[in-house]
Amino acid sequence: MSTENTFRLDGKDIPFEDGDTVMDAALRAGEYIPHLCHNPDFEPHGSCRICVVDVNGKHECSCTLPASEGMDVDNSSEAIVDKRRTLLQMLFVEGNHVCPACEKSGACQLQAVAYHSGMLNPHFTHFFPKRSIDSSHPDIVFYFNRCILCGLCVRVSRDVDKKSVFSLSGRGSKTRIIFNSPSGEAGDTQLAITDKAVSVCPTGAILPKHLGYETPVGKRLYDCLPISVVGDAAKYHAVKKPFLNGDPDE
Amino acid sequence: MTDIRRFVDGLLSNTDDVPDQLLQHLYSIQHQYSHIPEEAIQLLSERLHIPRVEIISIVYFYAFLHMRDRGDFDIRFSDNITDRMLGNLPLLESLCKKLGVEPGVPRADGKVTVDLTSCTGLCDQGPALLVNGMAVSRLDEDRIHKMVGLIEAGVPVDKWPKKFFAIEDNIQRRDKLLDDVITRGSAIEAFAVRGSDGLLEAIDKSGLRGRGGAGFKTATKWRFCRDAPGEEHYVICNADEGEPGTFKDRILLNSYANVVFEGMTMCAGVIGATKGFLYLRGEYLYLRPALEHLLQERRDAGLLGKNILGRKGFDFDIEIHMGAGAYICGEESALIESLEGKRGIPRNRPPFPVTRGYKNQPSVVNNVETFVAAARIAVFGADWFCSAGTEQSCGTKLLSISGDCARPGIYEYPYGVSIRQILEDCGAEDTQAVQVSGPAGFTIPPQEFYRKIAFEDVPTGGSFMIFNQQRDLLEMVQNFNQFFCHESCGFCTPCRIGGTLMKDLLNKVIVGHATAYDLNEMKKIGHLMQKTAHCGLGATAPNPVLDTMEKFPGIYSKRLLNRSYEPAFDLDAALEVSRHITGRDDEGAHIRYER
Repeated sequence: MSTENTFRLDGKDIPFEDGDTVMDAALRAGEYIPHLCHNPDFEPHGSCRICVVDVNGKHECSCTLPASEGMDVDNSSEAIVDKRRTLLQMLFVEGNHVCPACEKSGACQLQAVAYHSGMLNPHFTHFFPKRSIDSSHPDIVFYFNRCILCGLCVRVSRDVDKKSVFSLSGRGSKTRIIFNSPSGEAGDTQLAITDKAVSVCPTGAILPKHLGYETPVGKRLYDCLPISVVGDAAKYHAVKKPFLNGDPDE
Repeated sequence: MTDIRRFVDGLLSNTDDVPDQLLQHLYSIQHQYSHIPEEAIQLLSERLHIPRVEIISIVYFYAFLHMRDRGDFDIRFSDNITDRMLGNLPLLESLCKKLGVEPGVPRADGKVTVDLTSCTGLCDQGPALLVNGMAVSRLDEDRIHKMVGLIEAGVPVDKWPKKFFAIEDNIQRRDKLLDDVITRGSAIEAFAVRGSDGLLEAIDKSGLRGRGGAGFKTATKWRFCRDAPGEEHYVICNADEGEPGTFKDRILLNSYANVVFEGMTMCAGVIGATKGFLYLRGEYLYLRPALEHLLQERRDAGLLGKNILGRKGFDFDIEIHMGAGAYICGEESALIESLEGKRGIPRNRPPFPVTRGYKNQPSVVNNVETFVAAARIAVFGADWFCSAGTEQSCGTKLLSISGDCARPGIYEYPYGVSIRQILEDCGAEDTQAVQVSGPAGFTIPPQEFYRKIAFEDVPTGGSFMIFNQQRDLLEMVQNFNQFFCHESCGFCTPCRIGGTLMKDLLNKVIVGHATAYDLNEMKKIGHLMQKTAHCGLGATAPNPVLDTMEKFPGIYSKRLLNRSYEPAFDLDAALEVSRHITGRDDEGAHIRYER
């Protein structure tokens, strides 16, 4: 068997094409590498570091690392999963994530990846930051308590919707999302409920109004589908729609 | 027409109306109005076709840009550990008291703001501060007193006594780079004689490696860039000397700038660049007028511009870009982002700048000192350069020496010099530790003073801070940790959050509430940052903690509580509200900690 254009991931041969990242090739081969700021539909970003893998003894970010021959990628040893879990715990204490009270629960990537990685508690001391809610938009509400600063909404609004509604402002621990409007409020922006940027949030930070709790617990995204649909907004909507109209089991 | 509109119009007519100039415009506006007025943001947004929200996000990224008016006198005390050792905080307190201001908050009458800033590169003549961007050295109570008078009388900064702004080069030891000044144009002439291949060969043979600290081979970098396809190639000089304790570039740009520009021009000739940038840190604003003047002199002398030295097609010019208070912009890809007028977030690499740098075109980014060394190698040859140093570290290195020693300043040494020798030469006594290569570097204990400054032993960008036995090293660690938290760009999880967690745990140690468990936590977080951070800043930010834990465990253990676990919150402090309400402050109203 030819080993040309393949690398090893957890002992399996993964074929790749020119220009592929480790993440691209792994996902195509049906191998899931946990990720949050990465969404396969858009350009890689590399900020959350959840997709950290060990490549020939060095820690790398798989969504931005170009695949190359001879790589030996460790995606699932306890040492790697432990790093991932610690990064997740950091994200959980940085914001205010109260899963039982969050409508996204069950369809939330952050929560799902945490379960997947075996995160049982936040471990670190909570920052308990004081963050606001912006409900000025008629169709969309923003819970900044849940924002993990992945920048997906920023990138998608700029690159796909061509509106540049958001920006990441400030630096360090003061980094935050701001809106492109004179008042600084979401309601004064050009954001529309149909914008792609609204559907890409991996947490419950951006939620549509008017359909609160329509999908019952037990029938939400990750109650029905495997973790690998994480980040795929199209699939999310495809499964969500029939739920709104009735029980998918019927 | 408003004054602001007139000013912004003036800025935009000076340069091409391109988004790349945004940060430079914002810097000028801040300088003029002591803040970025809403009207200016609107105008820039319209004229440069940049969303308003992006302009605001840039203002909040750079420490020297502000939405809120800082007043007629915007004062920032340098807050490196060396400034602290020289007593900057009591002086800041004194100035605040005399002026009636809180640190960081503009005075009610809008006249003055007093604040702290990261190291301003005057560690050898501190404590130092910046007033409206201009550096004031050797602060003492007398100088503070005089400043209060000038501020209250509303005397413009350019009318302040000249001696306030006297900055000395303070060169204590010269070697190959600083010895005799080469005549203007001689390096470019030598390059003309050697040709591109000849020059690359000489630089290769000299073994020159990048002087910023990473130590990449200079000839290899230039070759990669030359051979990379692109519409344009660019030369970028990294003069964002932000590593606390480093000030060698200050001297090179003050007294050896012609050599720097020759090095850049040679590099342009090799890689085929027509445009170069000097990215000058905002703290060195005072160097800018002389540098601009020098560039003009070089243009007039045919050493910059079209057909340099009369050689047809050898076109190159240099533009100065100002940084605006962001240490991260010393990282080459963040620097390029900043040059393009954006927030200084390091890029994903590969691709590296040599293939996709400024405007995604092949670019060489080198340290100021590297360009100086390259220029002198062109003149004097590889053998001359190699005659100093070690096998793996050829030539000499400029060290910026500060802290507890009799003669701080610039010392140029051949690579291979021992730390003990350096300490002897600068008059350091009773030394407890040396921090080499800044907060991102190494804490060296006395038992390691035999070690040598070299890429293969103790590599350094040039910072060398000395701490005597009377110093509390934990104060150093805390200062560095605060520095990294302040300078983190916030892009990646481990640096943004890990840094803050580390800061909180370190505070717990300092107030005496930590246990051995907390030290393990710090190690775990530190190792995670080293392994998973997006860039070098995040990966080196935990170094001061991890290094001192290993080499100076005593500074931690003597503060620990002798129990297995202690909650993160301070139980005694949590009772403060109850004590206040009940009016009690007796023994029974406190929780005492046992060691």
